[in-house]
Amino acid sequence: MALSGVEIFKLLPKTNCKKCGHPTCLAFAMKLAQRQATLDACPDVSDEAKRVLGEASAPPVRPITFGSGDKAVKMGEETVLFRHEKKFVNPCAFAVEVKDTLSESEITKKIEDVLASEIDRVGQKLRIDAIAITNASGDKGKFEAAAKLVSSKAPNTPVILSTTDTAAAEAAIKLFSGKRPILYGANSSNADAMANIAKTEKAILGVTAHGLEDLSNLTEKIKALGVEDMVIDAGSVKAKDILGNNTLIRRAATKKNFKPLGYPVINFVQRDDTLLELLVAGIAVTKYSSVIVLSSIEKWKNLVLFTLRQNIYTDPQVPMQVEQKIYNIGEPKPESPLMITTNFSLTYFIVSGEVENSKVPSRLAVMDCEGLSVLTAWAAGKFTATKIAQFITESGIEKDISHKELIIPGYVAILSGSIEDKLEGWKVTVGPREANGLPAFLKARAA
Amino acid sequence: MAFVASKETYSGKVYQVNIGTGANAANLGGENVLPFHSFEGTVPNKPVIAYEIQDVPPTDWPENVQKPYSSVSGDPVAWAKFCQDNLKAKAIALRLLGTHPDRENRSPEVAAKTVKDVLSAINVPLIILGSNHAEKDAPVLVAAAEAAKDRNCIIGKAQEANYKTIVAAAMANNHKLIAMSELDINLSKQLNILITQMGFDKERLVTDPMCSALGYGLEYTYSVMERIRLAALTQNDLTMQPPMLADVGMYVWKIKEAQAPESEMPLWGNTEERGIAWEATTATALLVSGAELLIMRHPRAIEAVEKLIEELV
Repeated sequence: MALSGVEIFKLLPKTNCKKCGHPTCLAFAMKLAQRQATLDACPDVSDEAKRVLGEASAPPVRPITFGSGDKAVKMGEETVLFRHEKKFVNPCAFAVEVKDTLSESEITKKIEDVLASEIDRVGQKLRIDAIAITNASGDKGKFEAAAKLVSSKAPNTPVILSTTDTAAAEAAIKLFSGKRPILYGANSSNADAMANIAKTEKAILGVTAHGLEDLSNLTEKIKALGVEDMVIDAGSVKAKDILGNNTLIRRAATKKNFKPLGYPVINFVQRDDTLLELLVAGIAVTKYSSVIVLSSIEKWKNLVLFTLRQNIYTDPQVPMQVEQKIYNIGEPKPESPLMITTNFSLTYFIVSGEVENSKVPSRLAVMDCEGLSVLTAWAAGKFTATKIAQFITESGIEKDISHKELIIPGYVAILSGSIEDKLEGWKVTVGPREANGLPAFLKARAA
Repeated sequence: MAFVASKETYSGKVYQVNIGTGANAANLGGENVLPFHSFEGTVPNKPVIAYEIQDVPPTDWPENVQKPYSSVSGDPVAWAKFCQDNLKAKAIALRLLGTHPDRENRSPEVAAKTVKDVLSAINVPLIILGSNHAEKDAPVLVAAAEAAKDRNCIIGKAQEANYKTIVAAAMANNHKLIAMSELDINLSKQLNILITQMGFDKERLVTDPMCSALGYGLEYTYSVMERIRLAALTQNDLTMQPPMLADVGMYVWKIKEAQAPESEMPLWGNTEERGIAWEATTATALLVSGAELLIMRHPRAIEAVEKLIEELV
């Protein structure tokens, strides 16, 4: 649990020396509590205070970087249970399972699918983040061979090595030296040896147990053996247990600052039914998983998962915005209608969706109003006649169209006269108030 | 440091709302914990998924979701029976889209007859929805509520602009009622209060905080639902305790991802699977954020979500 400003103040020298740049120790303590300052600004702080404050200020879910280079994935650092309280910090990673029982060509195909999985959505590049090689054969040689194939064909993709066999682990992990793989499979019977391998290879250790009590005991033991970076699995298989255990883990970490469960969670959601697998993965995305291992990665499935992850990890305090520009919907001709709205992403999605439904090819001018909706932007003085006129003029759209008519949202009908005054030669038409009136409106005009 | 599960005790609970009559009646809500948190409380009822049908052929639906119903969707009665008998629907949602002034502009009397005919053919609970034209929905839902008298349907949606007549009709004919507001916890609360001030029993309400599709504002619906549910449970806010509805199908099946052909969007994969997955995943997210009643379209999406629900309870 984070300390309050007063609790922090008690640990400071209380000399008000101002060397930290704050007028008093109390003021500095308040800044520390809000995480707007760091303790190293104080030159006189005692070692004891450093220790107490360091522990208290460590994030409740340990930050860990999985993989290395451009494709490395950040995990952990979460602080809340509900996304409306504060942004969920590090989006979960998706991994696909590659069983070492597969043939070389089957493994190669899976690797190629991973490498080709990147999709651009609303300006973000999204992909299947990792490959999980599982020792389904129980054979050390096959495991190592599969790992070799992955390390040579996808050298930059983060890797999970899943085995409980320490000899197999030791052989395969050498192929990923310095690449921060996850070695998954530490349990109560192999913990010492697995911890040793993870420590030597600087790998993240995937720890698994039956239930949260055993899991906490095991992570404490492993930490005592000198491994700090772990991802944890309470043995959750059913959707019910994924939701239940992940919730209790996140609660223990963020509300009780319970360190033995303050690690990112890994969930295995493989099912024979790929659609059901997708939905179970959806439970893991919404409910606090950091790494989700899938059995298959069809393109449609990836798009759904990427979009869900993006939605859940969006900052609830920053309105989602789309780029200011004139969007073509369908294949507009010079005489096609031109409409204007604001760049709040929801406004854009709803308006463009309805225009699309009308099947009338159109142009939609989306104006930057800092992500506000039409009425709010108008009330805030960001969607005004002057600014609209300036946007339309500077967009140069006049060259592409054969008319000079601008359709404005019905809610800002009041602007029509003043826009006409400022946009010389243009006619302003008042459209429907709600987007769902657009199909009828556009169809009636086209008829 | 020994692990002690930090379990929550909530002061409030979700009202249990009974719908339909006879052996196939169903209960919504009733839990005293967050969705599927059966490890710390009671969850007496599973969420219910209603198959969406409409009074006019679904020519406005994408091809892939029209297909499963192509032999029956010309007739709402045959369509309803098909959902109940062949697809084992636990509930049906009849949307009276043909009453919309921009569509067939059917009269309330014609709509009422459709409701009567559908009800005489099925024995699972029925949800009766207007065409989402606030003005027209008022007379349509009044006539529909009368036609469905004593069958314990859910009628809706009552919105700020038209709730008075619809509330009165639901009350007079012993129905449950959907109260819909637009993605705002305070508007939702306010509408529930206005409706109960008319004498409508708050334990007969279903809240629709407005659905949105995955990728198209889902996070707003998700968080509004979570906040409504937290207010109901942790603050025992009596005005926020009705079960919630996610009207998933109509929002999902109009977006681009649910219909763009693979030939145009090769990176998006198979169109049919994508549409089904989109609907099922939107539903999944809204189940974990608090929906107890879902309205959906594609039989395979519904089947998958029902399987998931079995895994979650």
